[in-house]
Amino acid sequence: MAGKSAAAHHDHPTGLKRFLFSTNHKDIGSLYLIFALIGGLVGGLMSIGMRMELQEPGMQFFSNPQLFNTFTTAHGLIMVFFMIMPALFGGFGNWIVPLMIGAPDMAFPRLNNISFWLLPPALALLVISLFVPGPPGGYGVGGGWTIYAPLSTSGSPGPAMDFAILALHLAGASSILSAINFITTIFNMRAPGMTIHKMPLFVWSILITAFLLLLALPVLAGAITMLLTDRNFGTTFFDVTGGGDPVLFQHLFWFFGHPEVYIIVLPAFGLISHVISTFSRKPIFGYLGMAYAMAAIGAIGFVVWAHHMYTAGISLNTQAYFVAATMVIAVPTGIKIFSWIATMWGGSIQFRTPMVWAFGFIFLFTTGGVTGVVLANAGVDRAVHDTYYVVAHFHYTMSLGATFGLFAGWYYWFPKITGYMYSEFIGKLHFWLSFIGVNLIFFPQHFLGLAGMPRRYADYPDAFAGWNYVSSIGSYISGVAVLVFLYGVFMAFRRKEKAAGNPWGEGATTLEWTLSSPPPFHQFERLPRIK
Amino acid sequence: MTNKTQTSRNRSQRSNLKVALSMAGLAAGMVGLSYAAVPLYQLFCQVTGYGGTTQRAEQAPDTVLDRTITVRFDANVGRGMDWNFRPVQRKQVLKIGESSLAFYEAKNISKRKLTGTATFNVSPQAAGSYFSKIECFCFTEQTLEPGQLVDMPLTFFVDPDIMNDPQARNIRVITLSYTFFPVKGSAEAATGEGTPKRDGT
Repeated sequence: MAGKSAAAHHDHPTGLKRFLFSTNHKDIGSLYLIFALIGGLVGGLMSIGMRMELQEPGMQFFSNPQLFNTFTTAHGLIMVFFMIMPALFGGFGNWIVPLMIGAPDMAFPRLNNISFWLLPPALALLVISLFVPGPPGGYGVGGGWTIYAPLSTSGSPGPAMDFAILALHLAGASSILSAINFITTIFNMRAPGMTIHKMPLFVWSILITAFLLLLALPVLAGAITMLLTDRNFGTTFFDVTGGGDPVLFQHLFWFFGHPEVYIIVLPAFGLISHVISTFSRKPIFGYLGMAYAMAAIGAIGFVVWAHHMYTAGISLNTQAYFVAATMVIAVPTGIKIFSWIATMWGGSIQFRTPMVWAFGFIFLFTTGGVTGVVLANAGVDRAVHDTYYVVAHFHYTMSLGATFGLFAGWYYWFPKITGYMYSEFIGKLHFWLSFIGVNLIFFPQHFLGLAGMPRRYADYPDAFAGWNYVSSIGSYISGVAVLVFLYGVFMAFRRKEKAAGNPWGEGATTLEWTLSSPPPFHQFERLPRIK
Repeated sequence: MTNKTQTSRNRSQRSNLKVALSMAGLAAGMVGLSYAAVPLYQLFCQVTGYGGTTQRAEQAPDTVLDRTITVRFDANVGRGMDWNFRPVQRKQVLKIGESSLAFYEAKNISKRKLTGTATFNVSPQAAGSYFSKIECFCFTEQTLEPGQLVDMPLTFFVDPDIMNDPQARNIRVITLSYTFFPVKGSAEAATGEGTPKRDGT
């Protein structure tokens, strides 16, 4: 066979070269996962720092409120751009999509390499921004991840903001390139017989996410480029003195920002479907509905952006539209949640580690979705805008939901990726500690928000002390859960308990389980045929 | 056989490239659209009166209604603008459709020549699309020598169409507000010294 001899010729670099110059989707996927792990640890430590400060009223941990605000900002940016996106889209996307569609690799392996290697310099720029002057008399970017003008233009004259903007540029370029790569791969390299309507749901989710990235990120790039030129080259896009308008920045930012939350969570939607179908030993309920529900969520996600701006002075009619459009998103999301439940219905459910994480995902995401429908009401939002209620809402969806999805995927594909089984006990201990921890952190924040505690302050009146204390305790429990997770990974590599090609049994039907664990360096020399 | 795989590989590379290029074009188009949003946003505000953006007209309408409406005048200066800026009259009561002349007064209290430009809007915002200016000092940049005092005229009317808009027809008082900003790059205007001043208080 021509293919076989070619494979034999292929040199297989080792050590540093293997990863630095890698064009192999599995190696690049591993790099993404390792990078996300580092990003998650940094961002997670920052959040624990914030909770230490907020544990009691008064300033005790940070030397000044600006430092607290830089932590908030960096935590948000790191978790979004350097943890959850590299893990779900970059990591699992790279590892699993080619395997699932029966492709030998990604369409553009070298592009894949540069997509990844743009991320470390981006993270480095963001970290540098913490140590250079930002606002007058302070360091770093403290304006929140939304970097609204004019706080980010005239309010932050130091170079910190420029570093952060360039970090976002690089991270954005990385995501756009990898989105192009995924779309090409999924369109052109599916195994013979795998029509679009036979694609696994995770592949669907990555395809839709890639399109969202392609449509949303360039708008962010444009907006932050305008910020950059406003700051340094005298343009006045967001400066009233030159005829600009700061509200335009909010429009541009949220035109990116709202689809971004679906970019974060859609891959989790996709992989949760596989986990639930595998451990219920049933095919997913309503496959086509699930796929098009994701497409609908993505499409509607582009026309609801101003629900983040109810208090920015938009007219009554506009508010009415954005309220209605936002609530419509609950329909396709409901389709997904009920289809997952219908998949489990009557199935022979196994409570393996990935499955309990998937349960956690459904619970947390639904909770966040419910508060999302509450917040969609412009009248209610006016009262709780920028309070901890909003913090609780978006953490339940895009942070807890997405992260529990991420861990479901991690425990689902860990045997496939590493070739080793992990300890079920540690996986479940990790789950329960995380589940209790994150609910302790964020559920009380609903109460704080309803009581009127505003976000992005390092201090608060004594009246809010009780639930803040509970919330901080939850954050330490989640911190311990991360240590359990790391220990579990360490033990899995140490015990070296070999995983079978398909450790999950008859429920796991997608193509990656037909290969050995870990898969060979080059797979599918002969393309599989899908009936 | 090798030839055949070669050609099929070429074909698949070409088709990969086609998809990739069109996707890259899509991304580039979105960057373009985000920049196009700047003039489009402006146009949108002008056309719809969004955010209290006022309208421009060539001449007053022919119909004058019997109903009167009160227009109040407000003046502000931005950071670094050393002008005393105030409306000559606090308010005017006029008929809807009738055109009216009002004055603002500005004095340069700094020791240097200052060029300014005024931004403006009306509140309530729903009145924006019915508040039309025929002539206004805010249409152009204004330059004042040190110590110079000028009266700045403005001619406007409230469009009779306001009575057909259920959201605007009950408005009795419209506040017209101006804020003068130093023109970017004009002298050392934008040094930011001094706090924003409110005049006429």
